[in-house]
Amino acid sequence: MATLKLNVNATARSVELDDPETPLLYVLRNDLGLTGTHFGCGLSQCGACTVLIDGRATRSCVMPASAVQARAVTTIEGLGSPERPDPIQAAFIAEQAAQCGYCTSGMIVAARALLQQNAHPTEAQVREALAGNLCRCGSHARVIRAVLRAAGGR
Amino acid sequence: MAVTRRDFLKAGGVLVVGASLAPSLGRTQTIPNADRFLGKPLEADKLDAYLAIHADGSVTLFSGKVDMGTGGRIAMRQIVAEELDVRPERITMIEGDTALTPDQGSTAGSYGIARGGTQLRQAAATGRQALLALGAARLGRGVEDLETVDGVVRTKDGRASVSYADLIGDKAFGVALDPKAPLKDPQRFRFIGKSLPRPDVPAKATGRHKYLHDLVLPGMLHARVIRPPAHGASLKSVDESSMAGVSGAKVERIESFLAVVAEREWDAVRASRQLRAEWTGGTPLGEHATLFDSMRASTVVREQPVTRRGDTSALDAAAPGVRTLTATYRWPVHSHGSIGPSCGVADVRGDRATIWSSSQGTHRYRAAFAKVLGLAPERVRVIYMDGAGSYGQNGAEDAACDAALLSKAVGRPVRVQWTRQDEHGWDPKGPPQLLALRAAVDERGGVAAWETRAWLPVSTANLPHLPFLAADAAKIPQTQGRATGLIYQNIDPPYQYPNVDAVVRWIPDAPLRTSPIRAPGKIGNSFAVESFVDEIAALAGADPLAFRLKHLTNPRGAEVLREVGARMGWQARSSPRAADPKAPIAAGRGLAYVHYKHDETLVAMGMEVQVERASGRIRVTRVVCAHDCGLMINPDCVQAQVEGNILQTLSRALHEEIVYDRERVTTVDWQAYPILTFPEVPAIEVELMQRLDAPPLGAGEAASAPVAAALSNAVFDATGVRLRTVPFRPERVLAALAGRPRSGF
Repeated sequence: MATLKLNVNATARSVELDDPETPLLYVLRNDLGLTGTHFGCGLSQCGACTVLIDGRATRSCVMPASAVQARAVTTIEGLGSPERPDPIQAAFIAEQAAQCGYCTSGMIVAARALLQQNAHPTEAQVREALAGNLCRCGSHARVIRAVLRAAGGR
Repeated sequence: MAVTRRDFLKAGGVLVVGASLAPSLGRTQTIPNADRFLGKPLEADKLDAYLAIHADGSVTLFSGKVDMGTGGRIAMRQIVAEELDVRPERITMIEGDTALTPDQGSTAGSYGIARGGTQLRQAAATGRQALLALGAARLGRGVEDLETVDGVVRTKDGRASVSYADLIGDKAFGVALDPKAPLKDPQRFRFIGKSLPRPDVPAKATGRHKYLHDLVLPGMLHARVIRPPAHGASLKSVDESSMAGVSGAKVERIESFLAVVAEREWDAVRASRQLRAEWTGGTPLGEHATLFDSMRASTVVREQPVTRRGDTSALDAAAPGVRTLTATYRWPVHSHGSIGPSCGVADVRGDRATIWSSSQGTHRYRAAFAKVLGLAPERVRVIYMDGAGSYGQNGAEDAACDAALLSKAVGRPVRVQWTRQDEHGWDPKGPPQLLALRAAVDERGGVAAWETRAWLPVSTANLPHLPFLAADAAKIPQTQGRATGLIYQNIDPPYQYPNVDAVVRWIPDAPLRTSPIRAPGKIGNSFAVESFVDEIAALAGADPLAFRLKHLTNPRGAEVLREVGARMGWQARSSPRAADPKAPIAAGRGLAYVHYKHDETLVAMGMEVQVERASGRIRVTRVVCAHDCGLMINPDCVQAQVEGNILQTLSRALHEEIVYDRERVTTVDWQAYPILTFPEVPAIEVELMQRLDAPPLGAGEAASAPVAAALSNAVFDATGVRLRTVPFRPERVLAALAGRPRSGF
């Protein structure tokens, strides 16, 4: 049993793990109760499990928890809440940019990473930044509008 | 009106009845306080099955139809708010819980609003009438002197009023649904027809929405199921020492049903990867490469005429000047492709079970789960929780059955999470479709005769439910058979050609297990029919829009087609477009039309594409859709469904095909089975026709039906090459451009 010290959503957390290689996704969901990060493929192919690690969009399903100690992990819950959504979350709500919503957390987190690097992306840059995030319901057009809305402060 | 008021036992200010089942069922709804309703009436013809008004004036709505992300959660509230005269925000909704909601049939076939919502509307209208009658008695006035507004019955002069809460709070109405209860005049709609925001989106956008996948029960174990390496293979032996390194994981085996359970999810994952098992035998799958040839050569179980009128003999004995045209269209096997692999949670204890599932048919599957568990259906409660979008029957019911068998075996609650490979490999698939078309075209370009022959895998009559993978593996008897949905619809042209013969040739086999997938059959059928109409128009040298309008007698159909033409700036000319064949990019436009299921939603769709000749890559630049689904409760939710239908079907038409070898599906991840990505998404323009006086016809599927045909027609317009086999992947387009249309098979 190993003790891992993590910094998640600006809070110091400590977890006990049999296997320090446990992917961060399972630690977030099952040990820390942060279920907004979703399991989609476990193969880094779909983006449903995207979190920020030191500000970079990262697939938590293939990231060993031990590798993110002493780094800042931000999940969808760390961005905002239904009562106080962050600007991207607010834009997704305003555009009703989700159907089943299973992929939504990953898209918002990926969009956060984009806007941190590029506050005013073009539509093409938004599309490119989300190219690795899959959506099956077909909410893409609304998602693009939401990210542009957040970036433009509309 | 005399209201029969049978007060239910009142305890603690909540509605309680003494039905015998209530105590035996787990109190386990995730909606706060919902289990206080256990024992309430569930009969679909009773008002109390749908609605309860509480002492604080709030309302609980019990819906057998569920919201998989489609907007029913707000639309159902709008319906009740409108007809009952309460504010939508005062309404709590409970969905798809067999212990709390009436059985309104599966949430399928685009009938959520069209049937479920219509039933609910009548329930709310019945409730309003009952409240008016109660108010009349309380206020000592005639019903004709009263009106309802925001949860209050009041006199029309405004002098006296009484709240719904005072009249009925937490008591049962005790009345049957009144099919004649007057509905509100559309001119007075306050909530129906408004694009109110969906209540679930804020939680979904902030990671707070609780999915089935997030459900944790006290003492719950995590499980992974190990499927055989070949379809139908039997488990010979399991080497438990192979996972000895994972402490806390345990093997569970029932015949050939093999799983590992563990306290911690990651341990279950690790154990399932390490576990060594020996399998034997199996049932070889058909040859994927020759799938369509074998369909065409197959024995036919029976022929089913879908449309027969006039005389199609011109096809075989063409008169002078009459040209005949033939073409064959192929639609491949698809996965539902849910972004979250299926999950199931079950708590089976002794003689009762509670199962949480994202199934679109919790009521239907209750008896199925009960049978597999050897329990009476009354002892089983199935509770709907949101999963990832399912678009038909994905692996949800199978995962629930996995969990139920494992929970029964270990005596604790069990959560089964399918892997990505499980979902792509084992979700029941959309069936393949093969359509051969013939037409006789007279010298004026008229369709003298039309023939459709559709080879489609047959559904099993009266199949109680899709057979479970786990039950088969565990050798638990269950009725075998296939379900596909109503895949025969829309095999005929939606135009008034005088001589039409459209027949389904039902064939016994399908390469894999099948189930309904969004707009079952209608996408592939419309792909064939509306592409072929375009082929005829091209042969006749006619403009594809004018050619369709000429024989379209349905005025609402003509309206959506004209609307698309106007929006696109459609220039009347024949296809293909005159263009430089050496230009690196060929651009074109196309359209298609469907009258969904022959008498439901009407959709016209136009598409603009660019085809890169060197790579064979198709870029869809613009999609224009005009959509008439009758009354729209919430137009923005309809719009979202239309956008989703368009993009999901573009994905299926451009990219998707399930491939298998003789043992199993080989396209088991998103690399092998790619779907549409953000950079490919076209501009989408949707024109929604609101019909306040017409019945709602459904929006969940119809707009997917014309997508592949509009796409194929646009590619033809651009290149002069006709794509008749989905998906339109670059290698297939290149082969077609090079004049090798059937390459790649």
